Order: sequence, then structure tokens, then C-alpha cells
Amino acid sequence: MSRHDGGPRLLAGWLETDAPAGLAAHAGRYGELPTNPGSWITRTVIDSGLCGRGGAWVLTGSKLTTVAANAAKAGAAYVVVNGAESEPAAAKDKLLLRVAPHLVLDGAELAAVAVGARRVTLCLHRGAGLLDGLRGAIAERAAAGWGRAGVRLTVVESPRWYVCSESTALARFVGGGPAKPRMVAAYLQGVRDKPTLVSNTETFAHLALIARYGAEWFRRVGTARTPGTWLVTLSGAVSRPGVYEVPVGGSAADILRRAGGPTEPWQALLMGGYCGSWRRLGEVLDCPLAPEVLQESRASLGTGILVGLPESACGLVETARVVSWLAAQNARQCGPCFNGTPAIADDLTRLTRDRDRLAWGRVQRRMEMVAGRGACSHPDGVVRLASSALDTFADDIPTHLAHGGCSGSDQPPTLPLPASLPADEPWR
Amino acid sequence: MSNRLQVDIVACDGYGACAEVLPEMIRVDEWGYPILTSDIVPPVLTRHARRAVTLCPKRALSLAPAADRGTGGRPTKAASRGRA
Repeated sequence: MSRHDGGPRLLAGWLETDAPAGLAAHAGRYGELPTNPGSWITRTVIDSGLCGRGGAWVLTGSKLTTVAANAAKAGAAYVVVNGAESEPAAAKDKLLLRVAPHLVLDGAELAAVAVGARRVTLCLHRGAGLLDGLRGAIAERAAAGWGRAGVRLTVVESPRWYVCSESTALARFVGGGPAKPRMVAAYLQGVRDKPTLVSNTETFAHLALIARYGAEWFRRVGTARTPGTWLVTLSGAVSRPGVYEVPVGGSAADILRRAGGPTEPWQALLMGGYCGSWRRLGEVLDCPLAPEVLQESRASLGTGILVGLPESACGLVETARVVSWLAAQNARQCGPCFNGTPAIADDLTRLTRDRDRLAWGRVQRRMEMVAGRGACSHPDGVVRLASSALDTFADDIPTHLAHGGCSGSDQPPTLPLPASLPADEPWR
Repeated sequence: MSNRLQVDIVACDGYGACAEVLPEMIRVDEWGYPILTSDIVPPVLTRHARRAVTLCPKRALSLAPAADRGTGGRPTKAASRGRA
């Protein structure tokens, strides 16, 4: 049994064989699914220090403990695997689900045993083309009698709106409602108002390996506070954009080297996705990428997204475009968000394109007014991206106010955006 | 014991009645949605706070004992701000 010490863990099979792993290949590589009781699984995950890979980097062991305790009181629990990955610049969950589906499903079954859930629902981004593959993987397990008895796996496609991959929205969707965020956390009232473990695809895959190889093995790479490897989606001006599995605590420069270097010099780095933040290259290129280090400068790895912005592009124009898209993706629930985020997007457009000097002060006021006032953190994320752009690209603002643009205004976009969704795009 | 004021921002439709009855604690943003300037209700304002709760047409405002963070307010989600 190979343990892949120091190297890729989740993507090892894919990198060696270039083929998605069916159940036979999966079983050959990783061996049987452990049959230990739930309390043992929870204990091992706590000892491993595994942190959720969905953006919050909360200790997964604590989450298992909380959901299990709440479930004991409520008499039921659910597990939701968040593979909705609605971040346009993210690809890691889709890759993992395509090349190592059984690793994710193993982890989800073990987590279900740990919290006392009988049902696991895997949510996929609608239209991502993963549904048949995952249905096949589940059928393959059933046919082989693989997996933990008493846990039923189902797979569904969740709506395409950006906010639908938020944990409470996804739990609500799985329970039959619209995929819109709620005020109450899923570990208290998730699917059908029962305590629900909602975790990211990658988190479950790590859990599957921790249960096999132990906490100490997991801690052999990564930092003391955030052990393990993580999947990073690197894009922008880079020779080989894609998903890289690296130890937590390595630098962006390390990942960039593995990706063949930049295609042209970078001016800044977007960290953590479209609700993440811009950073000047010099501040972050050699900095250890770990949540505990980044939080000192109020940055986050988010769902493992790094985008290198080339010198020729304009960070303000890129941001205005993305913020407009994000604003249209709100859940139409909370007034400060559905009024505030389009207003902020409008201010950014006026500032970067329309020479509106008043927009500068207005957007500052609005960002302060809107942050922290939604049921979910969508408005906070919009504000984080917008304010980090105004800070990182501050030197470019006078040029835009004087000329209505800059040399980068007409460049092709660096940050990818899906086509905007029709107004009647379903929320269920 | 003092009370804590909570807004269910999903239920709120921005009528603004709360800010008119309780301007000491609530102001509205440019779209008419409430911003709590503080959430702990001083005893002298308790009666006004109760009136504000009653007057909300959407039942979006509530009072809870200050120690009880309940499940209707934001603090319950503070530990899980990510996208899971």
C-alpha cells in the first residue's frame, strides 16, 4: 500500500496513470475502507488537525463533534458533499470528482458514520458534466458491496448561481427548498432542519486518507496549524494553468515554478477566488500560503484559488467586471446585498470608465455600509474584492479618472466569467 | 437582564418603522434597511424596543435575552463563514 509521503496524495493516482480511478484501481491503491466506529473516526480527524478546504478552514474534527452532538439531540443528521464549485476560477473539486470519485465518497461515508447520518447527498455544479460519472461510481460501489453499510449515497446537480454553493443554501436545496442562504448554520438546522455536515469535496477526500493512514501521517506535510496538502487552481498569465496539489505553507512562487513560470511579468495576485482579495506581488509571492499566516493580513486561500494578473492587464477593470457579475449572483433575499452589491458594481464602473470622481468616496461609504449585513457572506466577499482592488491598484485610479481608462482597459480579460444567467434560471 | 435586538435581514423589507420608533438604536441605510448602532438594549429603551418589534410589518425584528444568542441572528454562523 503506497502512502505517497511528501508527494501528491489526492491526485497521486491521476498523475501516475493519467486515468480516472475506477473502484478496482482505487481499492488497489488505497486498500479497504476502515471499519472503525464513528467515535474513532472523529478522534482521528481531530488529531490530524484537518481543516475544511471550502474556504473557512475550520477544524473538521470540531465540526464532526458538533454535528454528532446536535444529531444525538435532534434524532437525525445529514451529510452534504459540497461539489457545487461555483467559483469561475476554481477547478479542483471538479477535477477531484472526475479523477478520484471514490476517495471523496469514502470520506463522505466515513463522515456519515462519525456524525450518525444515514444519508449522504453529493451536490454537483449543474451542467458541469459530472453527474453520469458519479452515478456510475455509486452504482459500482453498490455492485461490489463497497462502502459502509447503512449509509445511502445520492447525487444531485445544484443550481448554477454563485451563492448556491454556500453551505446553508446547499443544505436548504437538498431538503427540497430553493438554494438560498439561511440565517441559521447548517450544523444546527440544515437539511429538513436537521443538523447537517456540509463540507467541501476535497475535505472528504483527505478524511478518507486520514482514516486509513492516521493522524500522524497526515501531519507529515503542511504547517503545524494547518497540516496536509491542498489543491490549488492556478490561472492567469501562467505557462501551465491548472490544479496543483502542494503542501499547505508552500509559497505561490513554488506553485508558479511547477506551473512553468509566468507567460509575462505579473503585477498582482488574486487570492481566494472572486470573494477573495488582490495582493501586490511583492507582498505575497514568497509568503507561506497557510490560513494562519494569511489571516494576519486579512487574506485567505479561500477554496485554493490563485490568479496571476499580468502587467498588461488592468486590475480595476477586471475587478469592476467581476463585481458586476457577483452583484447579479446575489440571492435576492437581503436588502443590503441586493441593493448594495449592484450599487458598488456601478460605482466601480463609473470610477474606472466614466471619470466619475464622486464614485470614489461613494463606493467607500457603501462598502462600509454593506459589509456584514447579509444572511451569508456574499456582500462581505464583494466588499473584500472591491476594497482590495482599490487598495492594490490605487496608483491607477487617477489615470482612470483623467482618461476614462488606461492601457490595460482593452486587454482580453484575465479573470474568466461564465455567461450571465437568465433571470428565470432556477434556484431549485 | 438586558435584551439583545436582532434583525432577520432575510425577512426585512425595509419598511423603516423600527428606525422611526427607536432612532436611538436603529438608523437606515440609503435603501431603507436597518443598521443597528448597538444591539444591547439599555433598560430605559426596553419599552420602545418592544414597540419597534411589534410595529414591524414583516416580524423581522426580535428581542432576546442578551446572553442567548439564539438561532435567528448572525452569531450562529460566525464560525463558518466559508463556502464549505
